[in-house]
Amino acid sequence: MAIAVSQPQAPARRARRNSPMYRAWQRYRKNWFAVAGLIWVIIFFIIGIIGPWIAPYSYTYADFLHMHSGPSWQHWFGTDTVGYDVFSQILYSIRYALEIALGATCVSFLIGVILGLWAGLAGGLIDIIVMRAVDFMFALPSFFFALILMVLLGKGIFPMILAIGVPGWAGYARLIRSLVLAMRNGEMVEAARALGASQWHIARKYMFPNVMGSMVVSLAFGIPYDLTAQAGLSIVGMGLNPPMPSFGNMLAQAGANILGFPWLLYFPAGVFAITLLSFLFVADGLQEAFNPKGGV
Amino acid sequence: MSSEVLLEVHEVSKRFRVQGRDLHAVEKVSFQLQRGQTFGLVGESGSGKSTLGRLVLKLLEATEGRIVYQGKDITRFTQKQMRPLRQEMQIIFQDPMASMSPRMTIGMAIEDAMIIHRIGTKEERQKRVDELLERVGLPREVKWAYPHELSGGQLQRVGIARALSLRPKLVICDEPISALDVSIQVQVIQLLRELQQDYDLTYIFISHNLAVVEYLSDVVAVLYLGEVVEQAPAEELFSRPTHPYTQVLIQSILKMPRSLEERQVLTPIQGEIPSPFDPPKGCPFHPRCPMAVDRCRTTKPERRLIGPNHAVACHLAT
Amino acid sequence: MVSQPLLSIEDLRVEFDRGEDTVYAVNGVSFSIAEGETLGIVGESGSGKSVTLMSAIGLIRENGRIRSGRALFQGTDLLKLSERQLEDIRGREIGVVFQDPMTSLNPVMRIGDQIMEAMLAHHFCSHREAFERTLQLLHEMGIPEPRARFRNYPHEFSGGMRQRIMMAIALACEPQLLIADEPTTALDVTVQMQILALLEEQRRKRNMAVAIITHDFGVATNFCDRIIVLYAGQIMEVADTGAFIRESAHPYTVGLKHSIIEIGHRAKPLKPIPGMAPTVTEMPRSCSFAPRCPLATERCRNELPQLREIGPGHWVACHRAEEVLADVI
Repeated sequence: MAIAVSQPQAPARRARRNSPMYRAWQRYRKNWFAVAGLIWVIIFFIIGIIGPWIAPYSYTYADFLHMHSGPSWQHWFGTDTVGYDVFSQILYSIRYALEIALGATCVSFLIGVILGLWAGLAGGLIDIIVMRAVDFMFALPSFFFALILMVLLGKGIFPMILAIGVPGWAGYARLIRSLVLAMRNGEMVEAARALGASQWHIARKYMFPNVMGSMVVSLAFGIPYDLTAQAGLSIVGMGLNPPMPSFGNMLAQAGANILGFPWLLYFPAGVFAITLLSFLFVADGLQEAFNPKGGV
Repeated sequence: MSSEVLLEVHEVSKRFRVQGRDLHAVEKVSFQLQRGQTFGLVGESGSGKSTLGRLVLKLLEATEGRIVYQGKDITRFTQKQMRPLRQEMQIIFQDPMASMSPRMTIGMAIEDAMIIHRIGTKEERQKRVDELLERVGLPREVKWAYPHELSGGQLQRVGIARALSLRPKLVICDEPISALDVSIQVQVIQLLRELQQDYDLTYIFISHNLAVVEYLSDVVAVLYLGEVVEQAPAEELFSRPTHPYTQVLIQSILKMPRSLEERQVLTPIQGEIPSPFDPPKGCPFHPRCPMAVDRCRTTKPERRLIGPNHAVACHLAT
Repeated sequence: MVSQPLLSIEDLRVEFDRGEDTVYAVNGVSFSIAEGETLGIVGESGSGKSVTLMSAIGLIRENGRIRSGRALFQGTDLLKLSERQLEDIRGREIGVVFQDPMTSLNPVMRIGDQIMEAMLAHHFCSHREAFERTLQLLHEMGIPEPRARFRNYPHEFSGGMRQRIMMAIALACEPQLLIADEPTTALDVTVQMQILALLEEQRRKRNMAVAIITHDFGVATNFCDRIIVLYAGQIMEVADTGAFIRESAHPYTVGLKHSIIEIGHRAKPLKPIPGMAPTVTEMPRSCSFAPRCPLATERCRNELPQLREIGPGHWVACHRAEEVLADVI
């Protein structure tokens, strides 16, 4: 395909319209699921930030007069077995869930990028050691690993971030390493070396912009995974201690009371499921946007 | 043409270690290159011609031998020591798309060469980008384009502009036209020629296309399995090809006949290029050579001169 | 033409969707291939040389569609057949060899099985016969030790050997027409010569028609009986090879001939065709070559030249063909 020379628009503007980032956004925009997912994710983030201020009740306030009550004007999503307001609990849960999931993803990602880059660039023995460690991490169920870490670290938000984040690095490390390896021996890097570029210059100006897309996609897939993991830890009682609200705690309680008080399940599970799906739609949308089938 | 020697390559070899086996990519290649000359390297795939180009630029480290650039032995130079020299030695790649970052505009890609060597201010560099684009026959607007927006021929012109941005003395052209259409090939060849005259460039022109190598080169070396089997001034080599492999290569080209009667009879030689992991004993070409005798199977022919500057590695050559 | 046409393509038009654009890849191409004839289809990338034949036999990419035209193979319009019916004809009556055998061979299937498969899928012969025929074919294609190599996988062969295997598959059912799409472009010159010689030998022996798609004038002129030159999805010139070599009636053909660099051309000044081939995103209403043509006039820029006969079997689409023949350029 060839560039038509007489473009009427200002060339700088045209360049922006044809930049890989802009084209990725164009592709993303066309994907309705991804856009809807993104909107929900944004709402979710906003709630995460302002949740405590808009919650009608504190998460420590138990309305003893209305235990086990169904949805009403007073308690939109009903109350639970102790009289906590489910709606407020969900608002608080969103905040903690986000804190933990984002924190954990950052931890995994940081470890993964550092080790992956190191393995890919250094090669040799370091590469072998890192990759065997990756194999080891994959062989071990990471949820089990997280449980052990929770036992060692004790309960709380910060321990949860570490417990979920530390075992999750292997996937990122493997991805980064393979991307770096593919590029390190590729013609683009060879051309940059021929120009006299230093390792640092190559990594910064050639490698990084070209792996960014894949990294963003893998991050986007990592967040919903960590959301599930943090809920899972709470369900098995290794997460946040009640009364600190979390989806896991709510779901665990709802499971025990499913026959009498189904709203305890419907609302938290519904919000949680929509959230997970939204994150996945966003991740899928990013994947399509950055690596369209058959495109560059 | 001055007779200043720009580059000397002495008995350079390169072996790759692949899964515990030695791959003989380049075997004891020597040549000398005068300033302003074009040295043509021809050979089929696996002949080591591209590897040789990369050894000269020290993008790969030679296993043996010496590379002397302007009197300096650069064989053991580190990458850091090489960096200032990179301004003088550039390369044009076969696939310009693969050699450019898809996330940089053409302008950024060309400018980056100058940024790396801290040449000029931003305005000066921009001006130079415009000049370079114009010189290689592209409209200025191209600098705002991304590689995926250009055609193969346009991209190769960008590749040339980027190589020229540092005002090099030596340019290695690694199959610069083989991915292009016939009508575009001629344009690029013409451009390369003009640039050589304008900027007093020295070329190492690597190609599998004998006719193009003949057209552009002053001296030509024919490579087979990493070894130079024949080397001579271009006119001499093509008017008096002496090594059986050179002869076979020339006969294998289908020329457009001048009449139906002159059509070529398709006469293939037997066999394919042997594995470079396990090159044949004796002369590397003997399994396919129509003239091979017993001596060829056992003893490796040394390179020897059969005329002024005409070297052949064949027992039977006279 | 003495013999009956085997395949005749009439006014074929093919389009592709690319983003918001429609690319007109083939714009009203008509030609025929006679029984036993060797036809060369020459053009640069994007000229539609490959798309023309491939879409005629139902091999068209997902974003493409045939707008109009007919492709009569022994009287049946291939464009009207279902995918199922086409599969019966492809590989049985029409064999295809592609440029890159590695992508068209199945990497996880033994090559012998792939050749047998070609026969068994078309119920060409019994299992027993298919095995014997496979060994025979491998032998004919010049693959040493057929019995041993039968059990090898594609990656265990060199590029030239893989192309021989592709030929064995294409020829397995004794097709009447072989379409070879740039069969030697990816190969070294010595191997190209081997494959072309093999193709020539098989063509004679089986008396089949061959359509070879190539960008190489050397291959076309030495190998084919008749040559079609395509540009921007249109036929520019058709001629018997003899006439084609002797004279050119289209400025594009002349330009291409001048673009060939051959051994012994050291001193020859180059005469490149300026500009580059267009991507056709509008239905052509004028001569597509006019922007690059040294002879272009107002008429060329306004009126689409029709293919017309200027000598026996010599067709050209140029308003100024007579002048070109008289060596104006």
